[in-house]
Amino acid sequence: MKDQADSYQTADGRTIGPVVMEMRNITLRFGGVEAIKDISFDIREGEIRAIIGPNGAGKSSMLNVISGFYVPQEGEVWYKGARRPPMKPFEVAEQGIARTFQNIALFEGMSVLDNVMTGRLTHMKTGLFSQSLWKGKAEREEVANREVAEKIIDFLEIQAIRKTPVARLPYGLKKRVELARALAAEPTILLLDEPMAGMNVEEKEDMSRFILDVNDEFGTTIALIEHDMGVVMDLSDRVVVMDYGRKIGDGTPQDVRNNQEVIDAYLGVAHD
Amino acid sequence: MFYREAGDFSTTYAEDQQTFPIKFDRYRYYVVLFIAIFVIPFIINDYWANSLLVPFLIYAIAAIGLNILVGYCGQVSLGTGGFMAVGAYSCYKFMTAFPDLSMFVSVLLAGVVTAAVGVLFGLPSLRIKGFYLAVATLAAQFFLVWLFNRVPWFYNYSASGQISAPERDTFGILITGPNTEAWATYLFCLIFTVGSALVARNLTRGSVGRKWMAIRDMDIAAEIIGVNPLRAKLTAFAVSSFFIGIAGALFFSIYLGAVEVGEVFGIQKSFLVLFMIIIGGLGSIFGSFAGAAFLVLLPVALKVVGVDWLGWPTDIVAHLQLVIVGGLIIIFLIAEPHGIAQLWRVAKEKLRLWPFPH
Repeated sequence: MKDQADSYQTADGRTIGPVVMEMRNITLRFGGVEAIKDISFDIREGEIRAIIGPNGAGKSSMLNVISGFYVPQEGEVWYKGARRPPMKPFEVAEQGIARTFQNIALFEGMSVLDNVMTGRLTHMKTGLFSQSLWKGKAEREEVANREVAEKIIDFLEIQAIRKTPVARLPYGLKKRVELARALAAEPTILLLDEPMAGMNVEEKEDMSRFILDVNDEFGTTIALIEHDMGVVMDLSDRVVVMDYGRKIGDGTPQDVRNNQEVIDAYLGVAHD
Repeated sequence: MFYREAGDFSTTYAEDQQTFPIKFDRYRYYVVLFIAIFVIPFIINDYWANSLLVPFLIYAIAAIGLNILVGYCGQVSLGTGGFMAVGAYSCYKFMTAFPDLSMFVSVLLAGVVTAAVGVLFGLPSLRIKGFYLAVATLAAQFFLVWLFNRVPWFYNYSASGQISAPERDTFGILITGPNTEAWATYLFCLIFTVGSALVARNLTRGSVGRKWMAIRDMDIAAEIIGVNPLRAKLTAFAVSSFFIGIAGALFFSIYLGAVEVGEVFGIQKSFLVLFMIIIGGLGSIFGSFAGAAFLVLLPVALKVVGVDWLGWPTDIVAHLQLVIVGGLIIIFLIAEPHGIAQLWRVAKEKLRLWPFPH
């Protein structure tokens, strides 16, 4: 295994940096139910890290631990070389971690542009008073952040719908707008909770291309949960496999595919 | 046809984010403002000022304030009457304690005091939502009215328990008291109304407004993208109460002149302003104006039609008004929850294509 601080080159020539986030012996309980049992893994800078597993394996709970929704009973989260104290989700967002949701969580009453602009909120610091006057500081900040938001809108090819209320959009586009909102924050780590759930093959191909492009162009570290094995094997650099809250595999897609325990979890075991 | 945006292109983001991005709208707005400032003051008389324009301007401020809280931030409040009372009584205390203070300052300070009180009563919103929050603000309504009734310090130990506005001026022009000119009170209210609308618009188009709307639409997602729910909700309560406090101060000092708190700022007032924003349009500044205009005009129009023209008894007309408002609330909630503002938007879309919709 490579050392935590080292960088290395992948087969396709991308550079994977040192460890940026590390989960150490995380255990999460809801009453008597152990959703996550003593799991450790790390995420390296610039990589695409997949978390897979059957339904109820604890993948989403893991993502919720990273984004601050749940505070684990045991274990530590290390981020950028320091232990992260328990914090609220909005503080986690301030640190540069953005995410999307399994069931789309957009602001339905706002336009696409406003939704993407909410992703910039962590970068907008003008006070209430200058905002109420608008001219000057508030307007400059708004325009500067609008430029960033427009770059993301261009990148994800949703220019044509920027003034459309989100509630009117079809499912596939909503997923893309949600990705745009998360990207607008210019996050260090981007968490994607089933970005391709409920999509047809064509939409999945589009989304896969966007994920690869994001990683390539912005160098964003991505951690994603996905059920489509083909997609996971093609996209990700390393894969964590979970089952019943335990980690049963960790490594490159090739390693994981040949792991007997993983095969058993997915295909079932003959009980004789 | 009537409504044109063709050939009107924004070339900068600042142009695209301005209040009226379409030239047609912008000029119409300037024309309305011009008439309001330079024409109406010269033709206004006491009847028009006291029965229509001044109450409309004051209710518009209150409606904008409540709309920020309910329409933009999604926190239901039934405490508007109580917060208006805070504005009225603090304005009264400033007017009597500092007789030389300009009315402008008194009214603004009354807004600041109300904002502080609003934040205090907004604290439960961090724990409770929806109907339960509405009930909590209802407690604010009754507590505040009770407080101003029971503590003589608030009404300067007057025998009647009422507060009445002494004569105060601003820049040498008499604003309050019985000897005011119609144009002076009208212009004074107009300044506050236009100022409130501008500030409300600036806040709601910027990052503060997006935080409020994010909390309204989905509070969990809002928190995950970095909105501190505590601060967002409390700023909404503060800004909303600031406007409502100004409205209360103007309502007492300029419109009525003398106030008995239970009668003027009771629960009916809370509902009246809430109805204004439901009929006018939740989450719309224009809707606040439309709703205020509608509910101020309706009784006057009914009186003119029913009593003066048709010769009906006054009490029947008064009851008819309740029936009509109640019916309208139900119709709007079922058929058009976004109120007159949405009807206006739809009308504009239709007019744009008229007379060839295909």
